[in-house]
Amino acid sequence: MAVEAQNDRPMYDCRNAFVETLEALAATDERIVAVANDSVGSSKLGGFQKKFPERLVNVGIAEQMLVGAGAGLANGGKIPFVSAASCFLTGRALEQIKADIAYSDTNVKLVGQSSGVAYGELGATHHSIEDFAWLRPLTNITTIVPADPWETAEAVKWAAAHEGPVYIRLSRMPVPALEIAKRTFEPGKAELVRDGSDLTIIACGTMVHLAVGAAEILAAEGVLARVLNHSTINPLDEAAILQAGETGAVVTVEEASVRGGLGGAVAEFLATHRPVPIEIMGFPGFAPTGSVEWLFAQNGLTAEGIASAARKALSRKDT
Amino acid sequence: MTDLPTLTRPESSAETLEVIRERAAWLRRRSLQMVYAAKLGHPGGDLSAADILATIYFGVLRYDPTRPAAPNRDRFIMSKGHATGIIYATLAAAGYFPVEELNTYMQPRSRLNGHPNRTYLPGIETNTGPLGHGFPVATGIAIAGQISGADYRTYVLVGDGESQEGSNWEAAMTAGHRGLKNLTLIVDRNRLQQGSKTEDTCGLDPMDAKFEAFGWDVEMVDGHDHAQLLDVLGRPVGDREKPLAVIANTIKGKGVSFMENGVKWHHGIPNAEEFEIAMKELA
Repeated sequence: MAVEAQNDRPMYDCRNAFVETLEALAATDERIVAVANDSVGSSKLGGFQKKFPERLVNVGIAEQMLVGAGAGLANGGKIPFVSAASCFLTGRALEQIKADIAYSDTNVKLVGQSSGVAYGELGATHHSIEDFAWLRPLTNITTIVPADPWETAEAVKWAAAHEGPVYIRLSRMPVPALEIAKRTFEPGKAELVRDGSDLTIIACGTMVHLAVGAAEILAAEGVLARVLNHSTINPLDEAAILQAGETGAVVTVEEASVRGGLGGAVAEFLATHRPVPIEIMGFPGFAPTGSVEWLFAQNGLTAEGIASAARKALSRKDT
Repeated sequence: MTDLPTLTRPESSAETLEVIRERAAWLRRRSLQMVYAAKLGHPGGDLSAADILATIYFGVLRYDPTRPAAPNRDRFIMSKGHATGIIYATLAAAGYFPVEELNTYMQPRSRLNGHPNRTYLPGIETNTGPLGHGFPVATGIAIAGQISGADYRTYVLVGDGESQEGSNWEAAMTAGHRGLKNLTLIVDRNRLQQGSKTEDTCGLDPMDAKFEAFGWDVEMVDGHDHAQLLDVLGRPVGDREKPLAVIANTIKGKGVSFMENGVKWHHGIPNAEEFEIAMKELA
């Protein structure tokens, strides 16, 4: 199991929340269509296809056509959810995402499946750790990285109702449900998962759960770490990041490249508004062969690894 | 230049052809004037597409320029987005925006950017410029119509050099596979691309056999013959089972003697003397 099980809590594959929500929406809104690149199985769209066969558009292994079709379907009045492995969706079709989706400002929902290093041993061709850096400059694409099934469902519902381009980045790795009493999904609003005043750990997606584990380790040492689930890479929650700066040290954690992603966005903002020590956790470049668990451990993406980075950030604090 | 007659869609094809002829001549003059004023643009490709655009907008397409987002409008996509002189002149002539605005072509903050942008201008369906984008998007529009059972038609114009982009063949496969009879592709087959002849660069012939192999109906026409264009582009969708590819044989720079078939006029700008000669020839 890729993301460390916490106290035997139930674990969820967020793809299920994606398709269950999409099918429920499609049942009441005939504009919703799914677009796939031979990715019906890996996107878990088999059920959608059974229920709405005419509204499942499978263009075959052709990602430029895949994203172009999304733009065309939106032009024709549909609300397309274009679902494919995020490595191919964002890499192969990047110019279509730029010109047909972002620059043309079309009502297309891109859904990147099995993102980050979820494909483990399949290697760097199949990893999607560059997607944040590729899409962040495309400023009108709301980019959401849900951390658990509830947030996945909320993101899908929000995307369907929102007029404009959206990128939802999903994982195939089982995650627990976040334990937050009252939750409201709003892009650009980070969730306070755990409060603390000594430093702030800002994480997204699968990494939020590891950040919670790190905060527990740090608490045992008397360090109070705030944990933010910053699920929208774009737009940023600038108020929450500014408050994170007020804690005096920041750690960012993402299942993505350390260049140009969540850490980069937080660093850009804090360097301008509230310079503090920042440790940026993620992948330094192409990952070597290895399982997801091994790749996480190699890059310090464990509760202990994040706690260790937090100690380093604390040691760099102004005294 | 405001010598633009009021648009009416005549009943008879003879009258329609007369309107198309007049409009095509106006589009040629106006687009070249824009390029000359801006000292920017792609006159060769503007002129090779002039008759195709005049036929589509003034003989074939069903649209209301006051309702550019009407759900059942016919769609036209200019995939060869660099030929902005001709598409902007056409949209102005069709009533999407004032003809006077053509004077702002390429000026700072003009809606008439060097490549068309749907968020700037009504009548543009999708932003093009990078090649190989319009055809997949048009295919998606046709799929939406197929799913909805809508009766709008989708037309997309690609350059022949542009056809070297692989994305076009992804779209050709998808459209052929799905039998998108509501989709018509027009290839502006002027046999020149930016740097050289298409057949010396990366040959495209035989284009008809290629599209037939991808499951399309194919028509070869003289892309400057309005009657031929009107005949194939105006045929009812109900008469076919497949998407239609119209290979329109054209002449890059058509209408200006020294520009015709000259590769330098892909984005060459005429000097004052050349402009004067060209406008006389286009009068």
